[in-house]
Amino acid sequence: MSTETIAMPAETAETDALRIIAFCCHYCAFTAADLAGTMRRQYPPNIRIVRFPCTGRLETNTILQAFLDGADGVLVAGCEPGGCHFLKGNLRAAKRVEHCRRLLEQAGVSPERLEMRHIAASQGPLFAETARQFTEKIRMIKEQARRGTAPSDECLGDEP
Amino acid sequence: MIVAEQKPFEDIYSYAKRHRRVLLLGCGTCVTVCMAGGEKEVGILASLVRLAARERNDDITVDEHTITRQCDAEFFDETTARKAADAEAVISMGCGVGVQFCAQRFPDKIVYPALNTKFYGATIEQGVWAERCAGCGECVLADFGGICPVARCSKSLLNGPCGGSQDGRCEVDPERVECAWQLIYERMEAMGRLEELEKIQPFKDWSQHRDGGPRTITREEVRL
Ligand code: SF4
Ligand code: SF4
Repeated sequence: MSTETIAMPAETAETDALRIIAFCCHYCAFTAADLAGTMRRQYPPNIRIVRFPCTGRLETNTILQAFLDGADGVLVAGCEPGGCHFLKGNLRAAKRVEHCRRLLEQAGVSPERLEMRHIAASQGPLFAETARQFTEKIRMIKEQARRGTAPSDECLGDEP
Repeated sequence: MIVAEQKPFEDIYSYAKRHRRVLLLGCGTCVTVCMAGGEKEVGILASLVRLAARERNDDITVDEHTITRQCDAEFFDETTARKAADAEAVISMGCGVGVQFCAQRFPDKIVYPALNTKFYGATIEQGVWAERCAGCGECVLADFGGICPVARCSKSLLNGPCGGSQDGRCEVDPERVECAWQLIYERMEAMGRLEELEKIQPFKDWSQHRDGGPRTITREEVRL
């Protein structure tokens, strides 16, 4: 896993050149994304979903590699606490994501560019909303980095 | 196993920054098991150095490689030699022994340590390691119910406990340290061997430990 690279979408005007990778658990967030589509809920097209058997399978270095390969933001979406198909994979992923955020900060990358969310399989609209919010947050971070100002907490918004 | 942990990232990055090309060399034995310097950690650290270099506009190329053991000459194969030759410096993710062995193997390279080597210990649970042996050179575990008074008593008392043992905790750091002597007492009691603890232990021969200078073991029957 550590040496795999993740193909990024080509930059186009309509994707606003933002590259966002969503590592989604097959049993929840991936199904929710599918459901969002079935329900015709729109979400930004610059989110690229990578399906995992469980977010617990996600290695720290896979996340770092996504950033190295040009991701502007990485969203890890797993089951709700208590709802993991493998019991604790999502909780372990949450700890790993926390750790990874600290690592990113040490490397000088804003930890806000990485986030873990819990989305159940039935929550198609929540997936679409999360995708929208996260994309907007990443857009602001990128914009502020371009202007040379650190993003303020206010503009980053609260997690739901 | 030898237990180590990674140095702060800034320290490692300050080593890497002195060069344009570094080899991050992992070790596949103890430090893989204690999750500090194995192949996986090499991958993570390499990614972090690359990310940091990109953020800070530093020109650093990082190569990654992990060998089975950094404390045995036989694992320094041609590939390893070539990768070291290509780099300006080597950052070893082995324990202190591995770092020194690398320095000896690559005499014209600067070799930096990426880890702080801590102790000989055991995995208590995944993610938790604890010191169990101090390599004193003359093992006395037989007399203490298999619990080491040298490594696990904060004062290395052979005739313990001291007066600071409270509720099974050691006065040196009650939060973190169990009183080894409480453990020894309970174990010996459970085994019906308490009277053995009444024997006064003589001074330990510390010349077998570090006090006699660095140690070497030579066994003629296995030498080539
Ligand atoms: S008595 Fe010495 S050799 Fe034995 S476990 Fe303790 S420190 Fe190690
Ligand atoms: S409290 Fe126990 S472990 Fe701590 S120094 Fe005293 S005898 Fe040793």
